[in-house]
Amino acid sequence: MGMTMTQKILAAHAGLDRVAAGQLIEASLDMVLGNDITSPVAINEMQKMKKQTVFDRDKIALVMDHFIPNKDIKSAENCKCCRDFAREHEITNYFDVGAMGIEHALLPEKGLVTAGEAVIGADSHTCTYGALGAFSTGVGSTDMAAAMATGKAWFKVPSALKFVLTGKPSKWVSGKDVILHIIGMIGVDGALYRSMEFSGDGVAHLSMDDRFTICNMAIEAGGKNGIFPVDEKTIEYIKEHGNRPYTVYEPDEDAVYEAEYTIDLSALKPTVAFPHLPENTKEAGTFGEIKIDQAVIGSCTNGRIQDIRQAAQIMKGRKVAKDVRCIVIPATQAIYLQAMREGLLEIFIEAGAVVSTPTCGPCLGGYMGILAAGERCVSTTNRNFVGRMGHVESEVYLASPAVAAASAITGKISCPEELGL
Amino acid sequence: MQVKGRVFKYGDNVDTDVIIPARYLSATSGEELAKHCMEDIDKEFIKKVQPGDLIVAQKNFGCGSSREHAPLAIKCAGVSCVIAETFARIFYRNAINIGLPIIECPEASRAIEAGDEIEVDFDSGTIFNRTRNESYKGQAFPPFMQKIISAGGLINYINSEA
Repeated sequence: MGMTMTQKILAAHAGLDRVAAGQLIEASLDMVLGNDITSPVAINEMQKMKKQTVFDRDKIALVMDHFIPNKDIKSAENCKCCRDFAREHEITNYFDVGAMGIEHALLPEKGLVTAGEAVIGADSHTCTYGALGAFSTGVGSTDMAAAMATGKAWFKVPSALKFVLTGKPSKWVSGKDVILHIIGMIGVDGALYRSMEFSGDGVAHLSMDDRFTICNMAIEAGGKNGIFPVDEKTIEYIKEHGNRPYTVYEPDEDAVYEAEYTIDLSALKPTVAFPHLPENTKEAGTFGEIKIDQAVIGSCTNGRIQDIRQAAQIMKGRKVAKDVRCIVIPATQAIYLQAMREGLLEIFIEAGAVVSTPTCGPCLGGYMGILAAGERCVSTTNRNFVGRMGHVESEVYLASPAVAAASAITGKISCPEELGL
Repeated sequence: MQVKGRVFKYGDNVDTDVIIPARYLSATSGEELAKHCMEDIDKEFIKKVQPGDLIVAQKNFGCGSSREHAPLAIKCAGVSCVIAETFARIFYRNAINIGLPIIECPEASRAIEAGDEIEVDFDSGTIFNRTRNESYKGQAFPPFMQKIISAGGLINYINSEA
């Protein structure tokens, strides 16, 4: 019986020739990640351990991204806890104000994850790096603490779902529409405990930024990880970002998948997830007028340069609708700088949007765009749970950067076509 | 090990944002987090919960964010066990790692109602419903996870192996 791509990476990191779904293994890790919310809890747990030293100071990344620049005294104290720990243990990859970015945009950009590696992060969206052909998954703070000390984590080898992507997506359809379509199809627990393995000729038509977005939301289908095959685009990305040695794993021809889905990318339409679950998806044109109070463009899901460019292309020369607040958040310092150099920030500001420094802020209802009771937001983020962005009676509609930007202009959930684009 | 208590019952997809909203995430102590446990789904929970009480839910309990603050808030609120049809995978790991007992049991998840008196025997994986005079067989943990749970969590387990 053959192995999937995920199973091969896990086998290699467990020092085994083969593994099978359901097997419990201990795997060596190439990177252990935490942020300003989860790391303080991990640091506290690590202080209870007999082993007080880190396994490898180069293989731990601490990214201050959720509530920074700090929103209040407690978040400042949490960041200080991480900063002190990073100094004490001489952590190479500690990213604070001025150097940080949203972790899942930052790590690939800095070349800290590459194809064939095994990564855990105390953040559920750590599954993003599957876009690079790596195994990466989210864990909690105790797992992070144990991994910082030992360099290892336990895993139950996942079974897999295969998604065969065919065709080329149309102009305003991006990775976000692909993954929302999939979550709508299989549900928020449709991939529970499983890996989501993507393949097919359609992959070549997806940019790396599209693939990051798709893998990022594997967790919203309950998945353990999402993973893409390594192709020319992946190699080019890796060479441009860190250029570290990488290993390409391919699934065996007789790899076992619990189910196989074929998705024709050319047939997809811009897709919106209605409150209060990412599986409540509707395609553009199938719902009536939904007025909005706020549009958020950013996050670990959709704050990369392609996303910012697409939003700017739509907002150029137009004005944000009266009574709508539009918040644009480039995901990293490098993306922010690139957007500035390309004149994109000017477009947003002239349109009446605000541009924030990188932060997870509004996505999880932290700060920088909290909603009041009864307010509606169209957002390029990843969750629309009850109270996710603020008051329990507020609503979040998940969409692509193109839809969020077009909606900011019209004041209701809209596609770029409605603006004649 | 046995636990006994009354049941708080919830539905599908109880996410970690409603278990402990992000506005409280700057807190790291379990006691402080527990004050806001389940606040966005059930304001009465924290007023009514007694030490030993259980949470019974349906599919995909604990979906969403990886925040360990969620099982920690539940544990520190005094909940002795969470029973669900299925758990989201990160919540499942976190619960084991911090020593919050959880059991997957679709039958119990369907049959148990809010307020029922429940006893759980972890050694046999059996759930007794004293209110309805029924019992249900839960999914037992694999031996490796039992070791982590009986050590009182992952950190203690690693310390004992070292």
